[in-house]
Amino acid sequence: MRRWLALLAVALGMLLAAGVHAREAVPLADDQAVEDRLVGIAEDLRCLVCQNESLAASRAPLAEDLRREIREQIRAGKTDPEIVDYLVSRYGDFVRYRPPMKPTTWLLWLGPFVLLAAGLATLVVQLRRRNVAAAAAPLSDDERSRAVALLGGER
Amino acid sequence: MKRYVLPLLAFLALAVFLAVGLNRDPREVPSPLIGRPAPAFELPRLAADGSPDAERFGPAQMRGKVWLLNVWASWCVSCRQEHPVLLDIARRGDLPLIGLDYKDATPDARAWLAEHGNPYLLSAVDADGRVGIDYGVYGVPETYLIDQVGTIRFKQIGPLTADVLEKTILPLVRELRK
Repeated sequence: MRRWLALLAVALGMLLAAGVHAREAVPLADDQAVEDRLVGIAEDLRCLVCQNESLAASRAPLAEDLRREIREQIRAGKTDPEIVDYLVSRYGDFVRYRPPMKPTTWLLWLGPFVLLAAGLATLVVQLRRRNVAAAAAPLSDDERSRAVALLGGER
Repeated sequence: MKRYVLPLLAFLALAVFLAVGLNRDPREVPSPLIGRPAPAFELPRLAADGSPDAERFGPAQMRGKVWLLNVWASWCVSCRQEHPVLLDIARRGDLPLIGLDYKDATPDARAWLAEHGNPYLLSAVDADGRVGIDYGVYGVPETYLIDQVGTIRFKQIGPLTADVLEKTILPLVRELRK
């Protein structure tokens, strides 16, 4: 009885499923190439309203406006660096998630490597010093005989 | 004793960096527009009555004057906070104040000004926010001080306070008028 019920349920489910007309997903954008480039550019740009979201991911109205602006510039035939420069000239380097290399950002870019080098140098110096210290402390004859006595003679 | 000095110094350096870094306001993005010409635009003016907004406004009309451009909107909550300061500027009457009504519905904007008082000589209507992008607007309200030749001299992000007006803007205006 139970099996029949289960079978009936499956059959019913299949019948219902047949009634659902699945359609192929329609792309939201009319021009996929433009949209791909837009995402490529906007992923490396910061949304200024939410700040920790990229321009590609944000749903803030300003981000939507800026995406519209980028889309229009792509259609107008501008190159990616030109579009990024356009936004930087208005919002500053802050919009870029990859800050450019220039004197004010040298510390930012090189700082970690300087710290790493300093750490490695300290490590090397410390290890060398320890080796020297270990090698440079042989036992005197007096200490040796005391050690022998403590260890129980012989040897 | 000596072995503790270096770690202590390192710790103090870190503490100073964190103290300075964490006390800065991440919303204050330095504008690259300071010292640069104010972007040109031409926008319809917000008419006081319901008449069609025939007249247009552009920054070129303010040549030869030191003036303030205040970006506002009826949906902007912090604009209410700065409004008394703007009304105060209007009462003084010696510093022209122009509004940029940013991404707003015109009837809402009119109603807002009717309710809170209109401190602006006129407001330009930036319905789709394009001029806002040119000015690097990312959070309303924002205020720009523009000099006689059309160079942006100062930008306030967020509500204008009496403090900023007295201590920064007015001295700068006096300086520019010399």
